[in-house]
Amino acid sequence: MKRRAALAALAALLLAACGSDDATDNTAAPAASQPAAGDTVTTDAPAAGGGAAECAAGKTLADGALTIATGDPAFPPYVIDDKPEAGQGFEAAVALAVAEEMGFTGAAVTWVRTGFDAAIAPGQKDFDFNLQQFSINPERQQTVSFSTPYYTANQAVLGYIDGPAAGVTSLSDLKALKLGAAASTTSLTFITEVIHPDVEPFAFNSNADAKTALDNQQIDAIITDLPTGLFISAVEIEGTKVFGQFPVGTGGAGDSWGLLFSKDNPLVACADLALAALTASGELAAIQDQWMGDYTEAPTLASE
Amino acid sequence: MADEPQVMTDQGQGADPVSAPWRVNGMTRRQRYLRAQRRRAMVVAGTSTVVVVGLLILLVPRAPGWHKVQRSFFDGERFADAFPELLGYLWVDVKLFLWCAPCILVWGLVIAMCRNSRTPALFPLRLFGAVYTDVFRGVPIILTIYLVGFGIPGLGLRGDFNLIVVHGRWNSPYIWGSVALILAYSAYVAEVFRAGIESIHESQRAAARSLGLSHSSTMRHVVLPQAGRRVIPPLMNDFLSLQKDVALISILGPIEVFRRAQSLKDLTANYTPIVAAAVIFLMLTIPLTRLVDWYIGRSRRRTGGTVTT
Repeated sequence: MKRRAALAALAALLLAACGSDDATDNTAAPAASQPAAGDTVTTDAPAAGGGAAECAAGKTLADGALTIATGDPAFPPYVIDDKPEAGQGFEAAVALAVAEEMGFTGAAVTWVRTGFDAAIAPGQKDFDFNLQQFSINPERQQTVSFSTPYYTANQAVLGYIDGPAAGVTSLSDLKALKLGAAASTTSLTFITEVIHPDVEPFAFNSNADAKTALDNQQIDAIITDLPTGLFISAVEIEGTKVFGQFPVGTGGAGDSWGLLFSKDNPLVACADLALAALTASGELAAIQDQWMGDYTEAPTLASE
Repeated sequence: MADEPQVMTDQGQGADPVSAPWRVNGMTRRQRYLRAQRRRAMVVAGTSTVVVVGLLILLVPRAPGWHKVQRSFFDGERFADAFPELLGYLWVDVKLFLWCAPCILVWGLVIAMCRNSRTPALFPLRLFGAVYTDVFRGVPIILTIYLVGFGIPGLGLRGDFNLIVVHGRWNSPYIWGSVALILAYSAYVAEVFRAGIESIHESQRAAARSLGLSHSSTMRHVVLPQAGRRVIPPLMNDFLSLQKDVALISILGPIEVFRRAQSLKDLTANYTPIVAAAVIFLMLTIPLTRLVDWYIGRSRRRTGGTVTT
């Protein structure tokens, strides 16, 4: 009897404790509760795109500071030497330019690192926006929000000059090859849904693992975004080459990358303003030229 | 409780009802008491289960973040999309399991025999066994898989092999991934075997040796058959774990259930495919778990409740 009474009391207690907790929906209201490095430094910076700066004021995670996230580690040519705060590399430069448009410079910009999982997990985020070549797609947009694209990349095929992938000129040439891609990328979807290879493709934790497999000849070619592929062939693995990029209309083209925000973050509109201003002033194009200029040229593969 | 037990005997079992007036409805007082106890236990268990499950169902959705979590992890539509596709990749996992499991058993037994050798001349074998189990139980399986799966083919293994029905390339991640799993798991299995062998009382060996059996015959005909029975439950435990860990081979490239779920998760920014993968793994492991429980129960009944490790 005693035990039953205790059980009932426990149940009542639990009900009471949780019943009072009725706040069910809190849609993306980033509470400015997390203290970040470099408070109170700016907002009065000589911001050029006044619109974005006004827009962003008071909407960031930490007042007066912008927290930007990128991958851990971040790879070149997007971030050079894994040091995004230096602004070297395409995405580092884009992020800092957007930040400046929104009125954050110098110490007002804080960098954090996340994996993809942390970026898409439900709940509070520890960054204002996150950029690591996130492709915008409608499914993802149900969980997170994206800015307008800051880059559009084609898919490309990378292999050894003297390997089995040498001489491919069309999509159908790829069918017989053992293809690999990083598992979390749109490149893998491109393999399964556009190329339809005859042999089962391989998926890897990262491009780094895919490179090892290519090196071991466990796969014949890597499918990746064009700049990454060109960077690997130019800098990382000697003897490899990007044999081609996939033409518009094959589904491999027009993979647009956006800044990733928590769902319905009010800051998205400000970032869009900033990107529009950067596009209008030609600054975005200049950044692309500077960091990606060497990594955009490759023959186009026939779609048959 | 009116029917407090007073006489606790088993006399009733064989006795004639007429000459056994303590029987009511053909049951002794003790049998009635036990039945009442069982019923009471069932009622209590049932009630507490209903209360706990009810509380969970009632309370979890009241948490402030529940709707977000539900959308991210338990999206019915996405589940229905992902489940059949993932099921198509299950064969990869099953295949890996089917060829890894027997190899692990054999290699694990070899390692265990090394550790159990007694001749002084075989000390190097004992040393090998000890170092092997220490190393492979200590090193994370992921590292073993990377090292064996990428490292060995990296040495320059090329070319094809043809073994009757099986053919492929020598640098295949299926081969080296399996080898890595076999190396790692046999260390655990060897320790299970060793514990089993050592659990057979010394007098059994002594008796066998005194009958003139050699050391190896003693092992084969006396120790191992008894040890084998004892180690089956803990071995099953290791194999349950192996059933899930075959998914680790996916880091070398092969796409199987978990890897495919991970890709779907990344592509849609929604974790429901991982939940679907978990359900698929449960479908595999639960029957095996039930089988193990049944086996343990049976051996307990057969041996009068003394055995089981």
